[in-house]
Amino acid sequence: MEKNELEKLKDIAVKVRKGILNAVYNGKSGHPGGSLSVADILTVLYFKEMNIDPKNPKMQDRDRLVLSKGHCSPALYSVLANRGFFGVEELKTFRNLNSRLQGHPDMKNIPGVDMTTGSLGQGLSVSNGMAIAMKLDNLNSRVYCIMGDGEIEEGQVWEAAMTSSKYKLDNLCVFVDNNNLQIDGTIGDVIGLNNIKEKFVSFGFYALEIDGNDIEQIVEALEKAKTIKDKPTVIIAKTVKGKGISYMENQVGWHGKAPNEEEFNIAIKELTK
Amino acid sequence: MLDKKVATRKSYGLALKELGEKNQNIVVLDADLSGATNTNIFAKSYPDRFFNMGIAEQDMFSTAAGVASLGKIPYASTFAVFAAGRAYDQIRNSICYPKLNVKICATHSGVTVGEDGATHQMLEDIGLMRGLPNMTVISPSDDTQTKWVIEEISKIDGPVYVRLARLETPIIYDENQKFEIGKAVQIGDGTDATVIATGVTVSEAIKAMENLKEEGINIRVLDIHTIKPIDREKIIKSAKETKRIITVEDHSIIGGIGSTVCEVLSEEYPTKVTRMGIKDTFGRSGKGIELMGYFGIDSNAIINEIKKEI
Repeated sequence: MEKNELEKLKDIAVKVRKGILNAVYNGKSGHPGGSLSVADILTVLYFKEMNIDPKNPKMQDRDRLVLSKGHCSPALYSVLANRGFFGVEELKTFRNLNSRLQGHPDMKNIPGVDMTTGSLGQGLSVSNGMAIAMKLDNLNSRVYCIMGDGEIEEGQVWEAAMTSSKYKLDNLCVFVDNNNLQIDGTIGDVIGLNNIKEKFVSFGFYALEIDGNDIEQIVEALEKAKTIKDKPTVIIAKTVKGKGISYMENQVGWHGKAPNEEEFNIAIKELTK
Repeated sequence: MLDKKVATRKSYGLALKELGEKNQNIVVLDADLSGATNTNIFAKSYPDRFFNMGIAEQDMFSTAAGVASLGKIPYASTFAVFAAGRAYDQIRNSICYPKLNVKICATHSGVTVGEDGATHQMLEDIGLMRGLPNMTVISPSDDTQTKWVIEEISKIDGPVYVRLARLETPIIYDENQKFEIGKAVQIGDGTDATVIATGVTVSEAIKAMENLKEEGINIRVLDIHTIKPIDREKIIKSAKETKRIITVEDHSIIGGIGSTVCEVLSEEYPTKVTRMGIKDTFGRSGKGIELMGYFGIDSNAIINEIKKEI
């Protein structure tokens, strides 16, 4: 990737993070930690990787994205707004009574949202369904599914993993946002997942591990995924929860809490420098 | 009429194959029960559009949602208890909330499942499914109606729950019978009582009507094949024209058509209603037909109830 493009993507990721903070601060509610950890992945997907058109959000042969960890809607909304699906000002209405920016993604009312999510563990199954339908229609489109690491504690994820593999869904690329924190503590303290990569490999996936806050590594992993045939790809993205805001990084307390005015101002200043 | 018997699950399998021939957009999913739900008939004809998801109902219904989001019309089948019960959250959040075009065809509803017993006898699904916004709930009563329903729901843009049965039940309607989603079928025009039935209990209600006629008691039967949206008009009309309203269903008396009818009448035409059905208990093993007697939802139970009330 050219240096210019990399710098451009990094700048966009900063804007996306500002949008996340604007949404959660103005909405006085939401999930900043996991939104910030997944911001770089979503930035690369919507600004480099995916075949989409903000002017034609329902284009039939577009790529699809399922944000299975639906509580990180501020990240998806911020990326969509910055990409031109709707105005960035609208982010400030997040979670308000008359806003279409619902707490969790709502495909019926928000331009660019491909699937309604929120109840964890269902997005991989839905993504499989999309990938199957694309193959039935001979579309060259791809499906991207983003799950949280805590989320893969849901049993349905592993039912779905069997399906991805059985139907050889090489048009499916899954991210696990592995920030190692969930509401009640670290993944290890809450239940323990042992080796996530080995788990997916044993279910028939091609698996990669990357630094999920490193834009170059995300780009390379996505390139690699497109060369894998007859099996789905999973990218285990090691990330930092709250990435980019010093006092939020690796702090479980920022899973689902809005910053106050002072905290918001500090956050914006940190992102601006 | 009422001589030849077919299980509605069988009618479903046959109708699905015919529909698959006419409409290339039909995709079928099953969770390792295709022989019992009869989706294997479709699978044999259209293997490329049939997906066996293994014993993973939650995955199956969410996958169906994804398939539907690209414009396909998925029909997903398993036993009612594993559809409405086990996959309730998937049906709620991934199908009904985004109003995706998934047809949930659930076989083996009610105590008439028979020998498998309580764990496999779904008695709460009407209540669970009709409480979901955007959902249409249909419980066909015979072979003719089921075949019509399976094609008709492909024309509805949105989720539908179809409640099918394992037990072989009489064919009630001939091929010329016209049906309409949301419109109950009135059989007979007696004014001594109305028996409101759905699914496997409709033919039992008709048998009761014919027996009672010989004793000079004239009732009518309302076949409520569409439970949601409910036919308010016909229920209120019968309440006005007849002396008694009795509901009978192979489902819990909590949340099913008994409850639905009470909701309609208490708001618009308060009437005493007797609810026949499974009375807040689990089912048990036995032959399907025996269990209808045991739980008091067969023609004899209906006759006794009407004689008691009149």
